[in-house]
Amino acid sequence: MTLSALTLVIVLLAMGTYMGRRHAFKILEGRHPSELHSRPNYHGAFVGLYAALPGAVILMGWLIFEPDLIQSMVMAHFNIPEGPTMTEQVMVIMNKIKIVAAGGQLMGGVSEQITIASQQYNELKSVSFYTLMGSLFVVLSGAMSFAYMQLGIESRVRNKVEKVVRVILIGSSTLSILVTLGIVLSLMFEAILFFGQIPPTDFLFGLQWSPQTALRADQVGGSGSFGAIPLFAGTLMITLIAMLVAAPIGLLAAVFMSEYATPLVRAWVKPVLEILAGVPTVVYGFFAALTVAPFLSNTGQAIGLHVASESALAAGLVMGIMIIPFVSSLSDDVINAVPQSLRDGSYGLGATKAETIKQVILPAALPGIVGALLLAVSRAIGETMIVVMAAGAAAKLSANPLESMTTVTVQIVTLLVGDQEFDSAKTLSAFALGLTLFGVTLILNFIALRVVQKYREQYD
Amino acid sequence: MTEHANTSFTNPTALSLLKKRRASETRFRLLGISGIVVALAALVILLTTMLGNGLTAFQQTQIKLKIHFDEQVIDPEGKRDPKVLSHADYRKLYTNGLYALFPDVKSRRDKSELRKTLISSSAQYALRDVVLEQPELVGTTRELWLVASDDVDMYLKGYFTKDVPESDRPIKDITISWIEQLQHEGRIDKKFNRDFFTNGSSQDPEQAGILGALVGSGLTLLVTFLASFPVGLATAVYLEEFAPKNGWTDLIEVNINNLAAVPSIVFGLLGLAVFLNVMHMPRSAPVVGGLTLALMTLPTIIIATRAALKAVPPSLRDAARGLGASPLQVVLHHVVPLAMPGILTGTIIGMAQALGETAPLLMIGMVAFLVDIPHSATDAATVMPVQIYLWADSAERGFVEKTAAATLVLLGFLVLMNLLAVLLRKKFERRW
Repeated sequence: MTLSALTLVIVLLAMGTYMGRRHAFKILEGRHPSELHSRPNYHGAFVGLYAALPGAVILMGWLIFEPDLIQSMVMAHFNIPEGPTMTEQVMVIMNKIKIVAAGGQLMGGVSEQITIASQQYNELKSVSFYTLMGSLFVVLSGAMSFAYMQLGIESRVRNKVEKVVRVILIGSSTLSILVTLGIVLSLMFEAILFFGQIPPTDFLFGLQWSPQTALRADQVGGSGSFGAIPLFAGTLMITLIAMLVAAPIGLLAAVFMSEYATPLVRAWVKPVLEILAGVPTVVYGFFAALTVAPFLSNTGQAIGLHVASESALAAGLVMGIMIIPFVSSLSDDVINAVPQSLRDGSYGLGATKAETIKQVILPAALPGIVGALLLAVSRAIGETMIVVMAAGAAAKLSANPLESMTTVTVQIVTLLVGDQEFDSAKTLSAFALGLTLFGVTLILNFIALRVVQKYREQYD
Repeated sequence: MTEHANTSFTNPTALSLLKKRRASETRFRLLGISGIVVALAALVILLTTMLGNGLTAFQQTQIKLKIHFDEQVIDPEGKRDPKVLSHADYRKLYTNGLYALFPDVKSRRDKSELRKTLISSSAQYALRDVVLEQPELVGTTRELWLVASDDVDMYLKGYFTKDVPESDRPIKDITISWIEQLQHEGRIDKKFNRDFFTNGSSQDPEQAGILGALVGSGLTLLVTFLASFPVGLATAVYLEEFAPKNGWTDLIEVNINNLAAVPSIVFGLLGLAVFLNVMHMPRSAPVVGGLTLALMTLPTIIIATRAALKAVPPSLRDAARGLGASPLQVVLHHVVPLAMPGILTGTIIGMAQALGETAPLLMIGMVAFLVDIPHSATDAATVMPVQIYLWADSAERGFVEKTAAATLVLLGFLVLMNLLAVLLRKKFERRW
């Protein structure tokens, strides 16, 4: 349905463009092309835009409002008691209606009310479809003939088309702001609902995380506690392990590549290292679960240590490997930005290469390196798949990296994958966690970008 | 005098100091090399693990059986009605073939073992397809290669050995003796695993394939591209060529840089809240996944496009302006075409990231178990990385090699895409 409406818009757009162009050539007949104010293509684009823009607006509005409108009209015949489960009941009934309307079978037969509703649903659907197509056709052909009438040898269509294109360009660049706004608003909206049920202090400072809430009022032990400290601790632990792996290896690699390596070695090693950044995180997760975790567990057993089959150490190690290229290529840039004159001065005083690096270059590049490490930390905090697959889901507050641990991202995944209850504290808590994650990484990125930028300016 | 001697390079203490400094120099250099070696070793270990576990999945164990297409079993009325033929008991055909092959198996328990352990239950569908395609086969006898069960496959690939006590392995001694007999007669062999590339997912590892996930990935990437490329291009063109330098454009710039570093799972939450809960788009569908990933790749494309546009020298713009082109004509006719290789390189890299992304797709429900291959962008579908995640969670030994093989396929696609990006850059790289 949407597709055929879209096709109609595109067909009308193509027709308008063609007609506008042809019209321009018709006016030109016998005259010199330079007499036309705008080139024929602009005439075509002018008429075409008159079709595309209103068409897009109508289609958008239809896509957004039609499902809700039909749902409320169909649901008017059902008596659904108001209450916390109302939205779920509506969804269940709507699903049944849609399945029956599409000619599908339902388990356990269909009630008469549903059959009637599904017929009504089909009728409404076709009415709405014909209304859409009709209004599209009428409005678009009207707009196009209006545009067609304005065409003439002197008409300034180029200016008008360019103005529209400019507005489109501005519109799409505003999209990034809208996305950010969308993230913040959607997270905020659900998080506020969550904090309506659980006080923010309990969330931020509570030591107990067990989001199982009772499905029935009489269920035992299902009150749910939402203290996020164990998750923050787990995230911190895994990030720390990852940075302990990535920071030294990445830095050493960067120093070697920018100061010691021949151009040939550099040309080969750098892209190969960057492969590490391109490997999908799910592959790292599988690698951690398949190879690294059993290896750690077996080694632990051999030396008499208990290592859980899913441990923070395994996830952290593998995540560290993933982050190495971030650290190394960012630090590489920073080290390369240190001016040659500093190196030459140091050599002139008789220092060796290593001494120059340790006492001149690294201190000079330090702010930039710190910025690079901060970016890597934010990458590690937000990483999901490796921890989901290798670190477990049990929220334990522990300082032992050999135990299984859970992080903010893992909990978001476990809370939202599978069957969800709408508006329960359990589901909503995922958005509160998401908001925290977004806030923390945003602050880290902001500081890191600032530090890196500020440092870069110093030597110019 | 002593002071002088200490600073001289011929003095023994100074020489020993020099030696120390040189040693420290070598140590530092070695440390740098070891950093690179460790990183490269990690990559090599990762790849060899995947290859070692995954390569075997491209082969499949098959058993050659003499199948008698018994008319009594599959078409007792003899009408060759496709409806009857498609619902017949094909299991019995290969079971009979097995009984004929092992006439010594007499006891009920062993017979049931024979029925269940050697041949994959998918063989009945294979036989059905053969009969539906060539109904004239009914009543005849043919030698056919049938897919072996997962346990037999794993045994022949060496993942279980006979040394382990019988209770600790999924395959019994008696089955092993049958396999040995089949090997002796040359009736069991490893063949290229076509099912892996033509099937959707399955509960049984020997039937599980990646076609469904591949199609799902393709559809999702298509949506991602269609949504992010035009918008990304428009944004970059505006910011680089038209935008005035003011607070608003600064805000947009900071925003884009920050969006590039937002954790992917947050985009998943956005997709869940906006596309599913507000706009009621279909769950698990490539449209939603594609749009979510598009929001994520947008910053990558914008940043790369801006860099490409910046590289086009201003003299070209001035020349076009001088010939009377409007600002938009300058950009669309001259600057963007010249920057296109760079723009495409950035887009391909963005698409490669989107292809490997898992977490945001988990949020919007693309984790459903699906056997069917999706036909349109609104069908429920799964994508390659999510399929890997799902298989990695499965208990059967057979899924380990399938998971590793799927990662090999995914990595293969990523390498191809990156190679394409590098080639584009090499071919169209120009200096002005």
